[in-house]
Amino acid sequence: MTLLKVRPRVEPGVELELRVGRSPVSTYRHRVAVIRLRGVIVLLERFPALAGVDLHVDAGEIILVRGPNGAGKSTLLGCCAGLRRPHSGTATVLGCDITSDRTPGRAELRRRVGLLGHDTALYDDLTVTENLELGARAARVPRREAPGALDRLALPSRLRTVPVGRLSAGQRRRTALAAIALRRPELWLLDEPHGGLDRPSRRIVDELIVEAATSGATVVVASHESGHVAGLATRTVTMTAGMVTDDAA
Amino acid sequence: MKRDRGRALGRDMWRDAGLVAGKDLRIEWRSRATLGQIVPFAGLVLVLFGFALDANRPTLRLATSGLFWVTALFVTVVAVQRSSATETSDSARRMLLLAGIDPGAIFVGKAAAVAVQLLVVELVMLVGVVVLYGADIESIPLVAATCLVATAGLAATGSLLGALVAGVRARETILPILLLPVAAPVLIGATRSFDDALGSVAVNGWAWLGLLGGFAVLNAVVGVGTYATLLEEA
Repeated sequence: MTLLKVRPRVEPGVELELRVGRSPVSTYRHRVAVIRLRGVIVLLERFPALAGVDLHVDAGEIILVRGPNGAGKSTLLGCCAGLRRPHSGTATVLGCDITSDRTPGRAELRRRVGLLGHDTALYDDLTVTENLELGARAARVPRREAPGALDRLALPSRLRTVPVGRLSAGQRRRTALAAIALRRPELWLLDEPHGGLDRPSRRIVDELIVEAATSGATVVVASHESGHVAGLATRTVTMTAGMVTDDAA
Repeated sequence: MKRDRGRALGRDMWRDAGLVAGKDLRIEWRSRATLGQIVPFAGLVLVLFGFALDANRPTLRLATSGLFWVTALFVTVVAVQRSSATETSDSARRMLLLAGIDPGAIFVGKAAAVAVQLLVVELVMLVGVVVLYGADIESIPLVAATCLVATAGLAATGSLLGALVAGVRARETILPILLLPVAAPVLIGATRSFDDALGSVAVNGWAWLGLLGGFAVLNAVVGVGTYATLLEEA
């Protein structure tokens, strides 16, 4: 028999304590599912890059997705960003049904997601600042915030007027991360974010990931260097041959 | 209220299209590809046509309209390939997609940037056909209107097909195979219209503008409607 139904309107991650008199009898951590995938299959030219993925990610989590090359990590991130539509299964990301063929739904999702893939998604012929300002204007973020984002990623002033095509791989990666940070997405999807970075830059990226999660965003990091990221992650998921084979807190 | 929202969406789309066009034109200006490569390419094609027709001025004058628009078609292939490469290099178009820009606005912006480049090249080509082929321009308004409408059609068709083949491995060779036949109505309409404007054949050039306009509108509507799917599939 249900006596009382309570639907607390609280921020994700907030803990509520239920007391009888002065004694706490239960605690309840309010969780909001950001990614909910069930039996998701994604075919790339008839090859199942994702072969029935089940994954549940709550708001505020930092998830490390690890696995060997070709395990489907990058496809999983692209799928969660609304760039690839699953061929079957049920999939909801930030409340949007990504299996739906309604393009506006996925377009709305993409606006709320920041994706760093193997490619940095920057225009080679535009300078670092121009790239960030373009991204800011497109996402309706004030352009004046661009220098702050570049400062956050410690990109020296002398590089900001240089076309991105002339930057090193590590500098490009930091520029791409600055462009994501500028948009303040609700869901960060980072594919090998430490790739090509030196030790100080790696530390900056780690701080950025923790900062994003602390501010309420959810971060999914795909990496085959599990050792480095594992320290930051609240949960590690292992993928093999397009499937989640281990999901450990 | 619904109408206000629609108006705001429309405003956003034009604003985003302007952003994309501005970005593409800035990249083109910086690389100097239009002035340094595409204009010389167009000039070279016109000169070679001249040699192919034995530098016979009366024949060249008669064939000016057709040669002009065949060259414009070749230039469109080159311009669209460059425009497409800007987006596929380093998956750069993902920046616009993830920023939430309406794909229809991306299409309009890219087509507008290609159109501006084509118009610049056509202006130089006009000087070229007057100097090399001895063509007489009898109706400047008809020449201007034909260039504007035909260029809109070419840019819309090219940008649409450029996105269609973006994910294909042999896109550099597939684009011309698709674009040249699909853009044939532009070649026919613009050539007839130019025939009238240059006084080489007695036809009603303004009537042919209708065909060109219909073609441009059709491709623009199809582009705005399908670009989202094309970008996602690429």
